[in-house]
Amino acid sequence: MFASLAADAVSEISTVTNDANWFLENAWLIALLPAISFVLILFFGKKMPFKGAEFGITAVSISFVLAILTGVAWLDHRDNYELEKYGEEAVTVIDGADTATDTVSLAVAQLAAEGGEKVHPYVAVQKSTQWLQSGGIEFNAGIMVDGLSVMMLFVVTMISLLVHIYSTDYVGGDRRYTHFFAFLSLFTASMLFFVLSDNILQMIVGWELVGVCSFALIGHWWEEKPNSDAALKAFLTNRVGDVGLLVGMITLFFAAGGGKTFDTIKINEAVVQGGVSHTALVVAAACLTAAVMSKSGQFVLHTWLPDAMAGPTPVSALIHAATMVVAGIYMVARLYPVFWEGMQIEGSSINLLATVGAITVVGAGLLAFVQDDIKKVLAYSTVSQLGYMAMALGVGAWTAAVFHLFTHAFFKANLFLGSGSVAHAVHSFDMKNDMGGMRKFMPKTYVTFVIGSLALAGMFPLAGFWSKDEILVNTGGWDLLGGSGAAPGSYTFHFVMGMVGAALTAAYMTRCVYLTFHGEFRGGHHDDHAHDADPAHADDHADDHAHHGDPHESGPRILYPLYILSAFSILVGFVNFPPGFLTGSKKDPSGWQERFLHFIEPAGSSYFPAVGHATPSWSLAIVASLVAVLGAGFAFYYYFVRLDRLSKQQGVSLTGIPNGLTTTNAFARTGHKILVNKYYFDHLYTGIIAGFTKGPLARATNWVNQNVIDGMVDRVGQSAVSTGQMVYEKIDQGVVDGFVNGSGRVSDITGEELRHINSGRVQNYAAIMFAGAAILAGAFVILLAL
Amino acid sequence: MLLNQFLLLAAVLFCLGVYGVLARKNGILVLMSIELILNAVNINLVAFGSLTDDVGGSVFALFTIAVAAAEVGIGLAIVLLMYRNRRSIDLTEADLLKG
Repeated sequence: MFASLAADAVSEISTVTNDANWFLENAWLIALLPAISFVLILFFGKKMPFKGAEFGITAVSISFVLAILTGVAWLDHRDNYELEKYGEEAVTVIDGADTATDTVSLAVAQLAAEGGEKVHPYVAVQKSTQWLQSGGIEFNAGIMVDGLSVMMLFVVTMISLLVHIYSTDYVGGDRRYTHFFAFLSLFTASMLFFVLSDNILQMIVGWELVGVCSFALIGHWWEEKPNSDAALKAFLTNRVGDVGLLVGMITLFFAAGGGKTFDTIKINEAVVQGGVSHTALVVAAACLTAAVMSKSGQFVLHTWLPDAMAGPTPVSALIHAATMVVAGIYMVARLYPVFWEGMQIEGSSINLLATVGAITVVGAGLLAFVQDDIKKVLAYSTVSQLGYMAMALGVGAWTAAVFHLFTHAFFKANLFLGSGSVAHAVHSFDMKNDMGGMRKFMPKTYVTFVIGSLALAGMFPLAGFWSKDEILVNTGGWDLLGGSGAAPGSYTFHFVMGMVGAALTAAYMTRCVYLTFHGEFRGGHHDDHAHDADPAHADDHADDHAHHGDPHESGPRILYPLYILSAFSILVGFVNFPPGFLTGSKKDPSGWQERFLHFIEPAGSSYFPAVGHATPSWSLAIVASLVAVLGAGFAFYYYFVRLDRLSKQQGVSLTGIPNGLTTTNAFARTGHKILVNKYYFDHLYTGIIAGFTKGPLARATNWVNQNVIDGMVDRVGQSAVSTGQMVYEKIDQGVVDGFVNGSGRVSDITGEELRHINSGRVQNYAAIMFAGAAILAGAFVILLAL
Repeated sequence: MLLNQFLLLAAVLFCLGVYGVLARKNGILVLMSIELILNAVNINLVAFGSLTDDVGGSVFALFTIAVAAAEVGIGLAIVLLMYRNRRSIDLTEADLLKG
């Protein structure tokens, strides 16, 4: 009964307000400050003592503080806000059973369902002003603040601030140092703008701005061809998905917005109320999935993401943790009703988004094994983790996906900045040839990197464990071992892929840690100057590293961001303890359970579908952890034990040892080859698709052009010429010219005859005049006489 | 008083004027002939005016005299310029407008 009441109530009340705490209403300041900083750096950056970095750091710091205050304001708002329209009812009705009528509010219906407790509905804050009006359609510009955007504001500003600080050391002395900071600011501003947008038009603008900034930053060192190629690849691959974004958004505008509004909440509400054609939603959801595939690096449009490693490491951290790639996930989360209804996530066991995510989890996880470049390992790891998020959204685990986005941001930023710290010391990203044994030189970076790796691998009790476990349980694929109940669907395939992904993640991170930090140091061989280590110069400027025999630990501006991120990698998982963990009572408001779900998920609001949540399962958590440990264990045995022993026995570095499996087993060799070639996707795109376009397709088009189209054009031209010729000869020369010439000749003859009258003599004229007058007088007299 | 005597005088004067205008070569004589024609008209106006006891005839005659004075002024200026340019006032030589 109450379920149907709630459904009725949804259609009447919009859980949106424009009257809230100052920080919630003015969240646009958070996005504006970095944008101002961008302009200031561009115009005045070079003249400042710190070359513009101070503008960026100041602006992002203020934004960060504002984001925290906004977050605090949101926590208060979420718990205490009463919808004005039916506010009194919502808080005073204790025994809702009898007062529940057809017009009862959503909050009251909820109240009744909860057994008379005081419940405050989830009310988003929206502030918008009219930008322009055309043809009866209002184009608004505004902000929408709810749990999701508040969380993103915090993540983006925090990671961005740490990346700013890190960059002052990492790219210190770069020739485009000021330019770099300008774009970091713009990148942050674009992402914040995207996150805050309250309508789909603004989302598109933010989405594209993020793309442009990533282009500029990936190609920061554009003098080298691969870097500018990577930037172009990132931009162009994203354009493919952007087509999907545009088509999807336009479909939504007409189908759900009624061709009248771009407002995200209104569109979502229309979808939740079920008044939108299912076909339109299927089209929109599929097109937007294509957009996610390009932006968030899902198979098969993920190929730009590893190449984007050409950018400076802080940029990679920013792109992979807080901006750019999570834009796709955020967009799905924001427009979730479209996917929920369009893909019929509930009660299903397969859909496009979840399957794309599941394939990405395992596909990218495998690719991470064959990378020698430490950043590429992390890049594929990001692709794989984004796969988890997309899969989670696809199986209906909204909160799990957003939670994973949240935790992933911290440990992935930690890992990227850590890899940058190592690369800063050895001037290379090549794990096999230039690293190894870094543990001895960089113990602090080593500790933070291991913490990040453990969090990524999902080891208890670090951040990754909680979010990954929540995704796995919400797939509803655990039914075979005791059940996970109440999950939106039963996605067994996706559950299995998620498990495999967990094992792969643990294994490739073990490999990465081993190759980078353990074994013997293999770097320094390209140092032909043969300078011995000189302790006196250990703290020299970064440019002098090449002359040192041994790399050394990075400076504080690199290490402190690592410490902070490591701490977060350990702790952020605790914000969403599953129910039943630590304390017995479920939904204890004073407890720590499901705080994330409570504050972030817009459950019960008018613009969010009724998403079910799975009950966490102890057996699943234990099995998933065992799987991860097993993956890590295999890798540990292979690298730490077997390879280590072999390289000590044979006295060669690890690159000199033939890889056991791939040399003996044909199947493994083939697999390795496929992986090294990245599933031949790049061959497919550049070789087959681009090659076909350039070669046969271009020739065929040329033939069609030359023969068919040119033939038609020629035919038309020829007939036009002959028609013109005919018209010229017959009509123009004959009729028109004849007429003109004839009239001319008549004038000529008459003129010739009448010319003689003009004697030029005054008296002749006078005589004619008198004669005329006389004739007229005569005529007058005669007429008068008659 | 007989009207026809005045009309006859006027007709004679008019015919003398027309002859002068058409036949004389000298520009000044042509102008003087025009004056004859105008004065023939004046005689007619005054004669008809006194016949009908109407002062309007005399008034028109006065206007005609004034207009004639202006006309002669312009005519003489033309003749003077013509003389200055061509050293002659022979109208038969002034045929530049010949078609």
